[in-house]
Formats: sequence, C-alpha cells, structure tokens
Amino acid sequence: MSSLRITRRGLLGLGAASASSLVLSGCDLFDGIGSQDSRARRFLEKANDVTYRAQRLLIRDGALAPEYSESEIRQGQRPNGSRDPRSPEYLALKANDFRDYRLSITGLVEKPVSFSLDKLRNMPSRTQITRHDCVEGWSCIAKWTGTPLSGPLSEAKLKPEARFLVFHCYDDLGSAVSGPQLYYESCDLIDAHHPQTILAYGLNGQPLPVANGAPIRLRVERALGYKQPKYVHTIEAVSHYTGFGRGKGGYWEDRGYDWYGGI
Amino acid sequence: MTSRMEMAAPIAQAETKRKGPLVYRQSVWTRLTHWSWAICLFFLLLSGLQIFNAHPALYLGQESGFQYDNALLRIDAINTPEGPRGRTQILGNTFDTTGVLGLSGTAEQPQFRGVPRALTIPSYRDLGTGRVIHFFFAWLFLTILLVWAVASLVNGHLRRDLVPTRSDLAGLPKDIADHARLRFHHGRSYTVLQKLSYGAVLFVLFPLVILTGLSMSPGLNAALPWLLDLFGGRQTARTIHFLAMASLVLFFVVHIAMVIAAGPINELRSMITGWYRTGPETTPDAGDRA
Repeated sequence: MSSLRITRRGLLGLGAASASSLVLSGCDLFDGIGSQDSRARRFLEKANDVTYRAQRLLIRDGALAPEYSESEIRQGQRPNGSRDPRSPEYLALKANDFRDYRLSITGLVEKPVSFSLDKLRNMPSRTQITRHDCVEGWSCIAKWTGTPLSGPLSEAKLKPEARFLVFHCYDDLGSAVSGPQLYYESCDLIDAHHPQTILAYGLNGQPLPVANGAPIRLRVERALGYKQPKYVHTIEAVSHYTGFGRGKGGYWEDRGYDWYGGI
Repeated sequence: MTSRMEMAAPIAQAETKRKGPLVYRQSVWTRLTHWSWAICLFFLLLSGLQIFNAHPALYLGQESGFQYDNALLRIDAINTPEGPRGRTQILGNTFDTTGVLGLSGTAEQPQFRGVPRALTIPSYRDLGTGRVIHFFFAWLFLTILLVWAVASLVNGHLRRDLVPTRSDLAGLPKDIADHARLRFHHGRSYTVLQKLSYGAVLFVLFPLVILTGLSMSPGLNAALPWLLDLFGGRQTARTIHFLAMASLVLFFVVHIAMVIAAGPINELRSMITGWYRTGPETTPDAGDRA
C-alpha cells in the first residue's frame, strides 16, 4: 500500500512537473513554426488551402454577406493600418482633391483602361451597410458606397488566362532596404465578380476619408479587413500572384497571414 | 521476522479481495480520439490565446464599440504614478492584474500583452502563425469529432456508455455525494456524473466551440447567416467561443483531479490499453481478465 502511495505521489509530481514545463517553456518549444520557411509551418499551412476550397465549395459564389440597417451604424468606421500615406504622388493627388486620380486596369486584359474618380462615381453604384471584420478580432459596421468592380472589369475585358486580380496601392507600412514596402493585395475572380465587391468612394454618406482609403478602396465583404486594400491605383489581371512582393499574394500574406482571409 | 510474515498474509489477501475483474472498457476508437483531442485542444487553446492577444477584449453584439462601450472584458495596461500596471476590466469591475494579464514579463523586459508568453504559441506576438496553427488543429479537431461520432454510433459506445439511463438519473444525488467524498465506484460503466460531464463536453461544448468559431468567418456568414442570429452577432459569438474555451479548461482541471483521485495508473491504463481494473462489487463476466 505504502509503495503504491509513493508511486502515486511520484506520478503526481512527474505529471505536475511535465505539465508546468509544458506551460512555462511551452510555448517557446513551438516558436520555430513562426519562421516562414520552417517545414512544420508549410505543412500546417496546407489547412489554409483546405479552408479556401471548403468555403468555395460550401458558399454559393453569389451568396451575400449580411447587410445591416442604418440604426446599426453606431460609430464611425475605425481606421486601421495606413491612415495617412506620405508618398509624393499620393500627396500631390490629395492636394488637388484627387481630380487627377486615375484607376488603371492593366495586365491580362483585352483593353487596358483607366477611370477618373468622376467616371467611377457616374458608373452604376451600390450602397451597402456591412460589417468590417479585422483579423485582430474586432468588428465595425459602416455604410459603403461604390461601383461594383465587375463594371470596370467588363470594360477592360479580362483575358481567359486571367485568374486573379492584384491591387496596387499608394500606401506603405514601413520601409526596407529595397525601399518602401507598398501595400498590395489580390483576390480570385469569384470575389472580383461578387455583387458586393465594390470600388468604394463613399463612407457613411460622405466622401471616403483619407484615413479609410481615399479616393478608392476595395470592399470584399466576405473576407477580413486586410483583403480590402485602401488607396488603390492599379488593378492588374494576372494568371498568378506569385510575381509580386514576396510571392504570397499580399502585403500581410507576405508576413504570414493566409491568402484567402475568409475566416 | 515471524510476526512480520504473519502480518503480511492477511494484507495480501485483503488486497486481492478489494479488486474486481480487469474489464475491457475503452475501445480503440475512444482511446485514439481521446488522445488526439488532448493534443488538438492543447494547440487550439494556446494558439487561440495568441489570436486573442491581438485584441484582448470581448464584446456583446455584432460589432466592437470604439465610440461607445459594449465590452464585457478588456485587458490592457495603464500608466500610474508608480509605473505601468496591467489592468483587467470584467463587466465594469476593474482588477489590477500586473504580472499576469495586461503587463507581464520581468522588470527589465516588461511585456505589454493580454495573456503572458507562457500561455501562447508562438510565445512572442505573431497573429499570423497563431492563425495557421489554430486552423490546422481546428480541422483536425472537427475530423476527429466526426470519426468519433461515427465509431461511437456503430460500436454502441454512445448508447451504452454515454446516454444516462432512468436509473442513472435516479442515482444522481448519491453519485454527487460519493464524488464529494472522493468515494469512487470502479464499475464496468461510467457513473452518472461521468456520463453527464462527458456528454456536456461532447454534445454541448464541442459543437458550441466549433459553431461559434465558424460564426466568426465572414465567408461563412454569407452562406449561413442564421449562425449569427443564433449566437446574437459576431462579437457575441466570439465571446461565447471564449467562454466555451474557459469551460473546456475547467473540465480539463476537474478531469485531471478526478483521474488522480480515482487512481491515475488504472485510469491511464484504461485510456491507453483499454483495460480497466474494476472494484470488488463488479461480478466477473466472459471476456474479463483476473
């Protein structure tokens, strides 16, 4: 009996010691996964492809993100990331109230085109009150007005080999040796042609403020905030997005976020 | 010498008498899924806390109040005349949680973060990696739940071992009293408290934690908008996801305490080999071992 008691106590001690070592250093143990080229991370990242495929399978291409009523707008849209781009080109455009701004559609298109802000405002418009979900975990409801992206895209006519759109932006989030790290994003053609995917120029009944992406920001309502680039100047149709930045499809994707951003 | 030997015999006899037969209690499906879940939940918890640290506040409703207050919980750090302090606000009550929540680490290297580095994977702040780990183990967790559900339906584990019978429920007060006195019955089947607590984890907490997790997906919100209605908004779903996690942690603590109190070697053996040493009141049956 006494030997059993010692065993139990020994086991208890062992259990407690191993549990506490797991908790105390726990978590440094797995820090290697943080490195982008660790093999373990590349394996775990396969789950993101599964998520993308599963959601594309489960969610109808045209299924709409929930829309809310006016009374559910209880605060301004919280700006995040870049709020005041300082590049000379952007400052020049801003000084002139974006009258010289052009949105270009280039790449794998039959007819490269560009649009002034007035032209975009005169195209069919859509206003939607939607919930913006930040990858950090918070949400904010706001009313967005813009023109559905499918309109400008149909003027440019995508070539059959185009499979993704890459959005180039004026803002950067810090600089590296190679120069400022410009924001860019990408989406597939399902999101590109989704009825709620708009080039937004209005927020809560006002022109889009600089902090929220003036003059044009993309809204992709079925994805997280980082998939919705601000200060967009060029949309490039591509067969794949690997040729930009560090090849992962976006500024934050290059820094470890998943490309799909649907959860 | 003689007297000691005389003493030993009756004790040995009493020891054999206190034992019932060795019964095969846990199928390979139960054992495999049990340990797989243990691994999944370990990573889900610690990567989940990494994700939580990106915005350590919980709200009620669809959105997060920045210009009004709908937060139920908020962890941050504030400056005081005595230096920075970690602060946790829960339902309007403020607690100084310096050292653990809001502000942790050492005096030389203070860390301003929600939960301390010992409780997150990775230990440093890395939301992207936390998400990679969380979603990988979320898929694994869901897959194992489906495997377990099919296996348990087919092999009868669900009906035989988990659904409480009428007489189980009638014995509930006695089982509570027995557990309170740490008097355990080592029978062929689970006691009613075991059935109810495992049932709560498997049929309430697991589905709840999965569904509230999915409710946070803007993609799935388009396909299954009723999920948001069911939980009362995305931010409420996030709060429930957190509470379900806390309930699972509470279950884990009680579970481990009960395993230790009931005899850790026997309990661990049954979850590793399937064989469980019953108490003397258990009558032997075909297929048992001595």
